[in-house]
Amino acid sequence: MSLALVQEVAPMFPNLVGAGLVVIGGGIGLGKIGGAAMEGIARQPEAAGKIQTAMIIVAALLEGLAFGALILGA
Amino acid sequence: MKIASKSISFLTLVLVLLTSFSVYGKDGAKKGDPVNTRTEINEYIQHHLKDSHDFHLFSTFDDNGVEHHWGFPLPVMLWGENGFTAFMSSEFHHDDDGTVVVEKGDSRFVKLHGKIYELNAGEAAVQFDEEHHAVNASKPFDLSITKSVFGILLIGLLMLFWFSRLARQYKNKQVPTGFGRVLEPLVVYVRDEIAKPNIGESYRKFTGYLLTVFFFIWILNLVGLMPFGFNVTGQIAVTAALAVITLVIYVFSGNKHFWGHMLWMPGIPYVFRPLLGIIELIGTLVIKPFSLLVRLFANITAGHTVVMSLVAVGILMQESLSATGSTIVSLFLSLFIMLIEVLVAFLQAYIFTTLSALFIGMAVADDHHDEELHDELGEEIEDTEVIRKNFT
Repeated sequence: MSLALVQEVAPMFPNLVGAGLVVIGGGIGLGKIGGAAMEGIARQPEAAGKIQTAMIIVAALLEGLAFGALILGA
Repeated sequence: MKIASKSISFLTLVLVLLTSFSVYGKDGAKKGDPVNTRTEINEYIQHHLKDSHDFHLFSTFDDNGVEHHWGFPLPVMLWGENGFTAFMSSEFHHDDDGTVVVEKGDSRFVKLHGKIYELNAGEAAVQFDEEHHAVNASKPFDLSITKSVFGILLIGLLMLFWFSRLARQYKNKQVPTGFGRVLEPLVVYVRDEIAKPNIGESYRKFTGYLLTVFFFIWILNLVGLMPFGFNVTGQIAVTAALAVITLVIYVFSGNKHFWGHMLWMPGIPYVFRPLLGIIELIGTLVIKPFSLLVRLFANITAGHTVVMSLVAVGILMQESLSATGSTIVSLFLSLFIMLIEVLVAFLQAYIFTTLSALFIGMAVADDHHDEELHDELGEEIEDTEVIRKNFT
């Protein structure tokens, strides 16, 4: 890597790492929500509609948090 | 007869649009000028996401190599130092660098990066400091019909027409006709799946707002995905206004249990109550609307950026894949993202409406949770017994 490229990218580094951390956190959260919802639906398929609604609401709250962090970071 | 009148009105609309169609000649950009493709694409995406004072459809080069922009002008309305001024944005001749000065009465206006500035008294041209900010001009109060405002008005009128027609049809008979048949299940869906479960008994009062906000966001999301459409729900001012309306509704319809539980939470040690009250107050007045507005804005902006970037792949990969290959790759990629975006358009409208309903439901909930829970359980046990009876 040339020095000029490093100098160009270096100031963006904290932002990029922050964005990565936000995505990791959001991914873990979404994975847990989705996994729990899948399990719930598998155990009780007749409650699928209710579980889905609750899942989407929680996922939306998480998404709002992650997007908030990304926008404040950018 | 009906079809004839419809086609006549359609033709009139097309004619009106065509007569207002205008072309702007702009010097500066010439065909064959060296350009940095990456910067151009970046600017193009930024330009697409931003609001603007005219409709820009496409650009062409004439035989002399001069670039021409095709589109419609929109009215500009300003409240500046010398009072109210109105003119069409075509007077700027598609200039965006502050070179064309429009004189109206005693005021002079220039357009700079999509924003209109008023030159200070006695100045003939705009001057810049080192960071390319205008030094001798101020921003007037801008009331213009921009692309977004035009989109909001258009969709508002369309919704008024559709839904008042649907409402009128119920006076004569129980079944709607025509386009009302498309709208009725959606209205019932919002009422039964979003308003009723989240708000509870007093859902009727708020269903009107929830329906309005649902269809407004959904239709504008879809319009934003159309070619030549306008990106309205990707403007942070629009989503902020929607979130503030939700905030006002749930703050003013909150009952005493809501405020009591928020500011002086029962059931916890007295020491923590003021602290929890402050946290809850910030959460209710700032974080909830902020998450509403940021979610919609960021989702739509991110979606548009991804679609535009995948289209740009077709231009960037021309050297390695040839024109045909890169076009096929970018079409293939953007097609599937576009399908996801159609889903996201509905999902974001649904989420905004559901969360609004949830926040309103929290504010108007009565204080007998236990009774309700008991009722719900009882009902469910009954249901299961009925199912079992039918089964055996």
